[in-house]
Amino acid sequence: MKALLFLLPVGILVLLILLFWKGLYLNPSQVPSPLIGKPVPQFSLPGVGGTSASLTSADFKGHVSILNVWATWCIPCRDEQPELEKLAQQKVVTIYGLNYKDDADSAVQWLQSRGNPYAKDGYDPKGKVALNFGVYGVPETFVVDSYGIIRHKYIGPLTASLISTQLIPLVHELQQVSK
Amino acid sequence: MIPELGQMALVLALCLALAQSFFGLVGAQRGSGAWMATVRPAAIGQFLFTGLAFLLLVSCLLRSDFSVLYVAQNSNTELPWIYKIAAAWGAHEGSLLLWATVLALWTVVVALFSRNLPLQFVSRVLGVMGIISIGFLLFMLTTSDPFTRLLPPAQQGADLNPILQDPAMAGHPPMLYMGYVGLSVAFAFAVAALIGGKMDSTWARWARPWTIVAWLFLTLGITLGSWWSYYELGWGGWWFWDPVENASFMPWLVATALIHSLNVTEKRGMFKSWTALLAIAAFSLSLVGTFLVRSGVLISVHAFATDPRRGIFVLALIGVVVGGSLALYAWRAPKLVSEDGFSALSRETFLLLNNLFLVVVALAILLGTLYPLVLDALNLGKISVGPPYFNSIFMPLMLPLLILVGIGPYLYWKHDTLKRLLSQFKITVWIVVAASIIILVALWGRAGIATVLGVIIAGWLLLSTAMNVVMRWRRRQKVTRGIWGMTLAHLGVGVLALGIAVTSSMSVAEDTTLAPGQSTLVHGYRFTFDGTRNVRGPNYQAIEADIRITRNGKQVTVLHPQKRIYDGANSSATEADLDPGLFRDLYVAMGDPLGNGAWSMRLQYKPLVRFLWLGGLLMAFGGILAVSDRRRRATVSVPKYTDERQAVAKG
Amino acid sequence: MRYIALLMLLVAIPALAVDTEPPIPNAALQQRYELLTHQFRCLVCQNETIAESGAGLAADLRAQVRQQLIAGKTNEQIKQYMVARYGDFVLFKPPWQPNTWLLWGGPLLLLCIGALVVITVVRRKSQLVKTSPSEVNVDDLEP
Repeated sequence: MKALLFLLPVGILVLLILLFWKGLYLNPSQVPSPLIGKPVPQFSLPGVGGTSASLTSADFKGHVSILNVWATWCIPCRDEQPELEKLAQQKVVTIYGLNYKDDADSAVQWLQSRGNPYAKDGYDPKGKVALNFGVYGVPETFVVDSYGIIRHKYIGPLTASLISTQLIPLVHELQQVSK
Repeated sequence: MIPELGQMALVLALCLALAQSFFGLVGAQRGSGAWMATVRPAAIGQFLFTGLAFLLLVSCLLRSDFSVLYVAQNSNTELPWIYKIAAAWGAHEGSLLLWATVLALWTVVVALFSRNLPLQFVSRVLGVMGIISIGFLLFMLTTSDPFTRLLPPAQQGADLNPILQDPAMAGHPPMLYMGYVGLSVAFAFAVAALIGGKMDSTWARWARPWTIVAWLFLTLGITLGSWWSYYELGWGGWWFWDPVENASFMPWLVATALIHSLNVTEKRGMFKSWTALLAIAAFSLSLVGTFLVRSGVLISVHAFATDPRRGIFVLALIGVVVGGSLALYAWRAPKLVSEDGFSALSRETFLLLNNLFLVVVALAILLGTLYPLVLDALNLGKISVGPPYFNSIFMPLMLPLLILVGIGPYLYWKHDTLKRLLSQFKITVWIVVAASIIILVALWGRAGIATVLGVIIAGWLLLSTAMNVVMRWRRRQKVTRGIWGMTLAHLGVGVLALGIAVTSSMSVAEDTTLAPGQSTLVHGYRFTFDGTRNVRGPNYQAIEADIRITRNGKQVTVLHPQKRIYDGANSSATEADLDPGLFRDLYVAMGDPLGNGAWSMRLQYKPLVRFLWLGGLLMAFGGILAVSDRRRRATVSVPKYTDERQAVAKG
Repeated sequence: MRYIALLMLLVAIPALAVDTEPPIPNAALQQRYELLTHQFRCLVCQNETIAESGAGLAADLRAQVRQQLIAGKTNEQIKQYMVARYGDFVLFKPPWQPNTWLLWGGPLLLLCIGALVVITVVRRKSQLVKTSPSEVNVDDLEP
């Protein structure tokens, strides 16, 4: 019995090392979204400049869609933009945009020069709607099912591999469910 | 050329460390005098080469050799030369080299100041320290080489993070490392004793001074860090329970417990296996702290690199060093029993209680620091554990300890009676009661019950500690340096507690907007904004404000907070300015410009905030006195206790 | 001109957060404001509270807290607002719920276990004191 007690410190160490090892492959700064499984928050935003119609929460019903939060001052968004273009061309899923704390003219210029993958693009200069989505950085992308329920959130830019290995399969899955 | 020399020096140091470990441990085991005789020279050689590597890195920094990647990433030509040197430990690779150098330094000091210790024991101690050196040198040579080249060389280097360009910040890591690494000596002493199967009061007498010196460096390092963050970060805060702060505080708590536990082992030959465990735990926490800072596993302001490979290496190092020593402990420690005893009311009991509270606090802080990681790893959610949690568990656990610290030094060893003990406090009790009434009246309505309690208990501690010495004088008993050391350190704790109690609840902060000419009143002090000007520093430009502070019409001071933009990194820093005082600080930081020359600013009145660092300094100074006690110089083994007392009485 | 350039650069870089709004006239609300803003984690500068952080999001969240306080919401409601959007992560004070029972109860549990150990040891040692050789003079106060 006493011998067991003396083995306790080693035992605790082993547990700690396992914990730390697991921890090396986690990201402590990534904040999971509490909105997963909840409906898209009620909102209504004007479109960006003259390039798209207004965006409201009702637009998310009836089909699977993704909401991409972006801004012209966001550097990773520049890498993400071509991937979104490609995705838009595949016509797999409806892509909505949320222009976050941006200057309207810069946003319009961006879309004109780089292309516009968004079916609709909401203009949120104060970030008030984004706050309700729990946005804390740019870019972020939400996946919403046809009932308007948020199903997933990607933090950081969408890459080609992320889109093909995770996003598109998820979208397909959600589209099956709604049939 | 020079960087390659640095790399070679590290390789040579590694070879010598291998020799040091091998001949130290195997030589001691075989009882080979010849092998053991090589250990000290090997240790000295290892120190020379590690030190050389360090000096070579500093030389690359001073010469702004941008063909070295580390120099290009952490220094530039505009940097004042002091901070070029400080850049040596400003980032991951360099700080590892500092770790290894400080370890080699401690090793060589142990090698040189251990002539009076048995060779077999010293060989084992140096052998164990050698293993740790091997770990760090390998770490550098395989994953974190500070001498990696950058070809083609950069034209200009990046800037050292502006907030690190500060004398206190420059000194903080070396001080801390002296502490963290110094705990490896106590660790090595414990492991060496476990290997040899023998641990007695003589061993404790040898181990204690080393532990106290490491402890006092750690105290100074933490104090320096707190003081720096207070005046540099602009919020007037001094402790954030950030994981890396906790990573320095936990070893400190365990080291404090260790010093007290060593006291019992030295005096009475008891608590041996517990002391050994504490010695292992203290250094293990240093290593865990090293892991936490470099692995990116926790969110922290201090975190260095976040390469999983580096994290794995440190984890492997912890596994080998800590795992090995704890396995050894499980095997050998059960045999370290003592048949001696003590009464329920005795100094031993109180020292045991001291250990209880210190260790529980350290474990509680560990729990809080690691909990978010545990939940995340088990997929049970993502939470944050911050200052509100730590503050609410820290105070209730510390207050009982503070009360006990006032009583402990009055107790006899082995056996005491309540009647005799209480008779020591006759005068003290009345003063405490009177002081408590005064405190209650003074703070009525101005502070909460927790603060009042904190102040009273801190006052009790200060008074009772001081009275202890007074009573010795009156009884014409000698007050040795050891007792002075203890007294000063305990007074330091009281001063620290008083500072915390008052400044955390009675500080006044005001966020306000002032246009030039406007003023505002904060706790009786009038802060008037007299406008700004542009200034130019060695490697920055700044907007400097004039804040004139008066009280009852008389001028107190003029403060000059700044908003700086550093040339190299295009980042800005808020330089707060403060008027220090023993009993209060006045503190100003600029916020943002709001047009028409108006600025938002934060103005603060902070009572007794200096007591925090004064307390830390007192504790460290107490440690110095304790270590310099004449008894430590004994070169013969300690005679039977009663004989020594008779000898002292005669002479 | 240089002054203005310097100012513009400063404005662009997030630094120490000092509220540009005057304090809430109602002292009780202002106190709650300070309490609450020191309890929420900034999602951008994650080692700071929204009270200290210079990030834009922190300013937005501080404004939200202020707005809701003036609108008469309770502290609980404001916390719920934050948690609904950012999860438990945003609270520096962990809520009391099943996955934090061990966290909040842990220190007390440790103290109790430790106290039991101390009591056991003291009991055993005080038995031993009757049988052990008296090697220490009783009137000893030296450390």
